[in-house]
Amino acid sequence: MAPILEINNLYKNYGSVEILKDINVSIEQGDFLVLVGPSGCGKSTLLNCIAGLEPISGGNMAIAGQDMTNVSPKDRDIAMVFQSYALYPTMTVAKNITFGMKVRGVEQSVQDEKLAYVAQQLQIEPLLNRKPGQLSGGQRQRVAMGRALVRDPKLFLFDEPLSNLDAKLRVEMRTEIKSLHQRLGASMVYVTHDQIEAMTLATKIVVMKGGVIQQIGTPAEIYTRPANLFVADFMGSPAMNLIPAKTKANGSGTQIEIARKEGAPIVLTDTRNQNLPENVIVGVRPEDIADAALGRVGDTQEAECLIDIVEPAGADTFAVMQLGGKHVTARLHAETDATAGEAQKLAFDLAKVSYFEPDTGLRLN
Amino acid sequence: MTKWLEENTPKLVLAPSFVAVLIFVYGFIAWTAWVSLTRSRLLPKYEIDGFIQYDRLFSSPRWDTAFSNLFVFGFLFIVIAMVLGLILAILLDQNIRTEGAIRTIYLYPMALSMIVTGTAWKWILNPGLGLEATVRGWGFENFTFDWLVNPDMAIYTVVIAAIWQSSGFVMALFLAGLRSVDTEIIRAAQVDGIPTWRVYTAIIIPAMAPIFLSAFIVLSHLAIKSFDLVIALTGGGPGYATDLPATYMYAMAFSRGDIGQAASSAMIMMLVVFAIIVPYLYSELRSKDG
Amino acid sequence: MADMSYTPTQTGSSAGKIALRWGLYIMLGLFALFYLMPLFVMVTTSFKSLEEIRTGDLISLPREFTFDAWQTAWSGACTGIQCEGVRPYFWNSVLIAIPAVLLSTLIGALNGYVVAQWRFKGANLFFALMLFGCFIPFQVVLLPMARMLGLMGLAGTIPGLIFVHVIYGLGFTTLFFRNYYVSIPAELTKAAKVDGAGFFRIFWSIFLPLSLPIIVVTIIWQFTQIWNDFLFGVSFSQAGTQPVTVALNNIVNSTTGIKAYNVDMAAAIIAALPTLFVYVVAGKYFVRGLTAGSVKG
Repeated sequence: MAPILEINNLYKNYGSVEILKDINVSIEQGDFLVLVGPSGCGKSTLLNCIAGLEPISGGNMAIAGQDMTNVSPKDRDIAMVFQSYALYPTMTVAKNITFGMKVRGVEQSVQDEKLAYVAQQLQIEPLLNRKPGQLSGGQRQRVAMGRALVRDPKLFLFDEPLSNLDAKLRVEMRTEIKSLHQRLGASMVYVTHDQIEAMTLATKIVVMKGGVIQQIGTPAEIYTRPANLFVADFMGSPAMNLIPAKTKANGSGTQIEIARKEGAPIVLTDTRNQNLPENVIVGVRPEDIADAALGRVGDTQEAECLIDIVEPAGADTFAVMQLGGKHVTARLHAETDATAGEAQKLAFDLAKVSYFEPDTGLRLN
Repeated sequence: MTKWLEENTPKLVLAPSFVAVLIFVYGFIAWTAWVSLTRSRLLPKYEIDGFIQYDRLFSSPRWDTAFSNLFVFGFLFIVIAMVLGLILAILLDQNIRTEGAIRTIYLYPMALSMIVTGTAWKWILNPGLGLEATVRGWGFENFTFDWLVNPDMAIYTVVIAAIWQSSGFVMALFLAGLRSVDTEIIRAAQVDGIPTWRVYTAIIIPAMAPIFLSAFIVLSHLAIKSFDLVIALTGGGPGYATDLPATYMYAMAFSRGDIGQAASSAMIMMLVVFAIIVPYLYSELRSKDG
Repeated sequence: MADMSYTPTQTGSSAGKIALRWGLYIMLGLFALFYLMPLFVMVTTSFKSLEEIRTGDLISLPREFTFDAWQTAWSGACTGIQCEGVRPYFWNSVLIAIPAVLLSTLIGALNGYVVAQWRFKGANLFFALMLFGCFIPFQVVLLPMARMLGLMGLAGTIPGLIFVHVIYGLGFTTLFFRNYYVSIPAELTKAAKVDGAGFFRIFWSIFLPLSLPIIVVTIIWQFTQIWNDFLFGVSFSQAGTQPVTVALNNIVNSTTGIKAYNVDMAAAIIAALPTLFVYVVAGKYFVRGLTAGSVKG
């Protein structure tokens, strides 16, 4: 079967400004694709291009095997949920949901049937006769979803649909969208600047920056094997520690030397990686630095580090120290006895370390 | 075909207006500019003959009066209307209980035609039976108020009537401006113990600079286009003491049959408007794009 | 302690405050008199007989009310050689204003909708050209327009005046609608496009129902402008097609017979009534139009 969405060599310019450069993405039926990146990275423009709301400047695009490059939005068999929800202010909730069917001349009885089904799915039956102005943010969000669901399209498009909600509601709706996706088995493209949303929802993530795709992969791939410094820094919270270091060949492995403000450098030995250049940036997730005293798994190496700040956060305790001239955060077990201003023996999990070339920022291992 | 139509509907909808503006605004300005450079009299001629019409214009004593009247009238009208409008706005900004009613009273003249305004003030200011006669009737036998028929003073009656008509509008603009100043800044000043008048002079009025500019633009625009008011109030008289460029242009075009003079005086009017509007519009459009 | 020393100054200033308050109300009242006086004089004069006017007291109420002047102004006063009052010209103004207001509002709404929501290359240029057209002194287009109306066979006709008012009203109506629609999120149009609606469907089903306030503002603005117009009326009409403002001016300035000030005033009030009525019933929208027309962009 053809991929549900296939984008080849897509370019988008506004005048002489290149907004999107050589975008290639394809997803299968049932995939949940998340486009993530900082604001201005072109992710919303890409979504608008997929919807046909923005003409593309080069390349082509197909939905379910049919070329859509020059097809208008209404003929693409898509539905879209917008950041501001874009509910029609003068229409009731019911009319908002059925407007598309009305425009298409769908029979009234079919309209009623679909409306009832969607309203029941989203539990918005009591709201059907209200106007958008009388709804809360979460309710508007549901109506906007309803307007998309009723289309039963080949492809759902979401443009930062949760960013106008408060934190609690955002988590609730996130779960709801995920369960909806699992229930319907529908294909979705979802834009967000929130990397947690991306991680939790996606089956496939596209990380973008400056109109260029930085990495495509499953959430796990993106998280554990970021393709470059940008992805490493952008995905994950707290961010991956990126520590400048010097390397030296050491038998079958590599010896890694991290400078410290005071005292001797930390020296760790990685037995898996060879042929690293002399200067590298070592990427370590905070959770891959553990309290040595509290037991550990995997191929770890220990080092004494001076802890500057301790931040208890309930389930975890974050410890911040200075390594290689950078603030380095470790996610320690809540029971740690790490104390600010004192040295603590920490275990570094070298099996999960990433190496990056300092100048190009590209991944080395 | 339908695809093309779908994509180009917005342009097609705009097209008639676009063509209309090109012809009836810009085309016509070009026509007038062209004719102002010819020897046209009763009928337009199209052979360019230099600035002869402008020479005639600026050597005509009637135009001289009209042009200097524009500056006298414009200056007094704009300054007084703005000062009065600002005072009224500040007075009304003091939590007046009957604000709605008072605002309605101050602003209603703006709904009237200038012809109506002119007619009313012509009656009030006429020396024979109007204000002068009334005050004399009260026992002030020597009271004289004959500006309307006094060639040296008649232009000031136009100023009075114009201010009466427009100052309420300036008040409304300023009042909206006063209300749009961030109340937190005002509260902060009050907490700091700054007296009310200082809050106005040091914080609120400087924050309203854009409103002053808008008011100035609108009033100067009104002043340059003033035509109806002069026609109804003084008819340009006594003699042509209260002529403005607008009435001069009209007289040349429709009663004197001197198209060349009409065109050149219209062009001068437009240049005066441009001198004021172009920098304004330019900065407005630029700030919108940025 | 600080409280105690502060209290006396507070009472002192509140006495001053009361005086200030009175001064304030007196000032406001005097200004109100200044604005009301001409209207008062017009109304009282219109109900006086000519004899009473000749005694020369502007401010006094009429000793005996008479509607003669109103009767004459409506149907008997002379505008030059014709003596039919302002009635036929009043209806001319109605016939000019209604179609001109409706047409210019409708076209302005469509233009504003395109400029604000269907941006394309050149749309901003169009808007700038339009905006600029709002500011030109109309004297600069009078001569060519007179010739153009002649060429179109519309010289001196009511359709001709309607045409002129629509053309030169478009700048403001487009501006009003553009500024209103530009604040409506573009996502609404996008959502409707995805829903399958086209250009006119979106305008009709989504934007027009949202537009009531700006439609009222625009209609009031245009009506006031067109009803009160004198320049186009006097330039492009002929005997029989003149609007009421031109007729009023002719009555006031007609040199035949004795000056009937009461008739002048009655005619002036008649000419002013429609716009005054609009102002009284929809003042809020009137003011909004005025301020929107001046605070541009």
